Amino acid sequence: MFTYALRRMLWAMPTMLGVITACYLLLHATPGGPFDSEKQLSAATLANLDAKYHLSEPLWRQYLLYLNALIHGDLGASYRYVDWSVNDLVAKALPVSVGVGGASIPIALILGVSLGVAAAVRRDRWIDRFVMLLGNSGNVVPPFVLGPVLVWIFAIMLKTREGHGWLPAGGWGDGAWSHRLLPIALLVLINVSTIARVMRASMIDVLGSPFIRTARAKGLPPRIVVWRHALKPALMPVVSLLGAISISSITSAVVTESVFSLPGLGQLVVNGAINRDYTLVLGIVVLTTVAAVLFNLFVDLAYALLDPRIRY
Amino acid sequence: MTMMTTITLSPHVLRFSRNRTALLSCAILACVAFACFFGPVWLAQDPSRSDWAALSLPPTLLGGHWFGTDELGRDLFVRTLIGGRVSLEVGLLATLVACSIGVAYGACAGYFGGRIDALMMRVVDIMYAVPYMLIAILMMTLFGRAFYLVVLTISAFSWLDMARVVRGQTLSLRTREFVDAARSIGVSGPMIVVRHIVPNLIGVVVVYATVMAPGIVLTESVLSFLGLGVQEPMTSWGVLIEDGAQKLEAMPWLLLCPAAMLCATLYCIGFVGDALRDALDPREH
Repeated sequence: MFTYALRRMLWAMPTMLGVITACYLLLHATPGGPFDSEKQLSAATLANLDAKYHLSEPLWRQYLLYLNALIHGDLGASYRYVDWSVNDLVAKALPVSVGVGGASIPIALILGVSLGVAAAVRRDRWIDRFVMLLGNSGNVVPPFVLGPVLVWIFAIMLKTREGHGWLPAGGWGDGAWSHRLLPIALLVLINVSTIARVMRASMIDVLGSPFIRTARAKGLPPRIVVWRHALKPALMPVVSLLGAISISSITSAVVTESVFSLPGLGQLVVNGAINRDYTLVLGIVVLTTVAAVLFNLFVDLAYALLDPRIRY
Repeated sequence: MTMMTTITLSPHVLRFSRNRTALLSCAILACVAFACFFGPVWLAQDPSRSDWAALSLPPTLLGGHWFGTDELGRDLFVRTLIGGRVSLEVGLLATLVACSIGVAYGACAGYFGGRIDALMMRVVDIMYAVPYMLIAILMMTLFGRAFYLVVLTISAFSWLDMARVVRGQTLSLRTREFVDAARSIGVSGPMIVVRHIVPNLIGVVVVYATVMAPGIVLTESVLSFLGLGVQEPMTSWGVLIEDGAQKLEAMPWLLLCPAAMLCATLYCIGFVGDALRDALDPREH
C-alpha cells in the first residue's frame, strides 16, 4: 500500500509537469507577443514591458523562470488587468467557485446515493423509473440548456407577490444564499443523474451476491442488509467515479458561472480567453490541472484503502 | 466485452432493425440532418434577413415563422437549421478525426505491446487527468476560432476512449491465426496493423463512434455557448442557445427552440449508439 501510494505520487509529478510544459509551449508557439495588438507603445515602454515580463530572454530561460515562480506559488502578472497579479485574481474568484461547487458535490453525493439505493431496492417501481429517467435526461439535456431553463422558471415565471422573481437570475450578491441556490441546484442536477445511475447499477449487482443472500437468510431486516452490508461495497464504483466527476465539474463550473454570471474561476478563464490574457488562462489551467491530478490521486488512494481486496 | 472478429453483419443488422425506438431515432436524425442541409436551400431565405413586419414574434404555425423571430426579425427556424449545419458538421468531422487518431493509436499500442504499449497507455492515462475543457479554452484563445480549429481542438481530447477500446480489441486480435499467418509470410508490423488489424476493428469502431458523437456535439455547443466556438456570421446551436439565454425574459422561444433541437438530436444519437451496441453484443446487457 505504501509503495503504491509512493508510486502514484511519483507519477503525478511528471503528469503535472507535462501539462504545464505543454501549455507553456502552446502559449509561446503562437505568433506575436502579448503586447503586439495594443495601441502604439513607445519603444522605451515596450522595452520596459519586455524586461518586466522577461520577454527578451530565450524561451528556455523564460520557462525556467516561470517554473521557479510557480514553485514559489507565483502565477505571474495578468497581461490585461493592470496592477493585478494572477494570484490576486484567482484569490478573489476562488471563494465563489468553491462556495458553489464545494456545496454542490456533497449534496449531489448524498442525493445520488440515496436515489440509487432506493431505485435498486424498489426495482421497476416508480422511484426506479424516476431515477432511470433522471439518469437518461442528465445525458441529454446539457447544463447550458438546463441552467437557463431553471432561470426561466424560478427567476422569471414564478413571481412573488411584489412582482419579483422567486430567486435572482444571476450575480453573486456577496454570497447571499438566494444567489447561490440556483447555481448549486444546477450543479447538483448535473452530477446527481450520473451518481444515481452508477449507484443503482452497483447496488443491484451487490444485492445479488452470495453474502447478501446469507445476511438475508439469517433473518436480518432488509434495512440492515442494505445499509450495513450492501452499501459499502456498492459505494466503490461511486468512489472511482469521483475522479471523473472532478474533471467534468470543471466544465460544469465554467458553464454554470457563465449562465449565472458568477465572478468565479470559470468566468475568469473564459474572459481571460476572450481578452487573450495568456498568463491568466495559463495560470488557471495549471492550477486546475494540479488540483485535478491531486484529487485523482486521493481518489485512487482512497479506493485502495476502502477495498481490502485490491492489492498493489 | 466479447469479440466480433468476422464481419457477418446480417444478424446484427437484423437485431438492430428489430429495435423500433432505434429505427425511429434514425429516422428523426435523418430528418434533422436533411432539414439542416437542404432546408435553408429549399426555403431560399437568408438567415440574416430581417422581417420588419414581424419583430420578436412568438412561434406560430401560420405566420410563416415556425420558431418565431428574434428582435431583429430574423427567422429562428432558418437560423436553427443553419446553426444545426455547423453543429452537425463539427460533430461529424470531429468524430471522424478523433476515431482516426484513436484507432491508429490504440491499434499500434495493442499490436506492438510490451514497453511501447505501457508508455502509450500511460500517456492516455495522463491525458485523462487533464481538465480538457480548460485546454480547449486555452487552444481556442491561442489559435483563433476558425471552423477547422474547433474541429481539431475537440478531437484532440476525444480520442482517448476510442484508443482504449481499440487497444483492448487489438490485444486479442493479435493472437489470432490470421495474424500469425501474415507474420509467418513476412508481412511487416505496420502493414499487419493496417491490413489485418484495423479492418477487423470496424464493427467496434462504428459502435464507439456513435457512443462518442453526442459528447462531441455537446462540446462544440459548450464552446460556442461560452463564446469560444465558431464566430459570426457562422452560427451553431450553442451560439443560438447562448443568445436565447440572454433574452430569456422577453423571448423564451429563442432559447427553447434551438435547445429542443439540440436535445432531440443528442437523444437520438444516444439511442442509436445504445441500440448498435446491443445489436453487436447482446450479451453485455
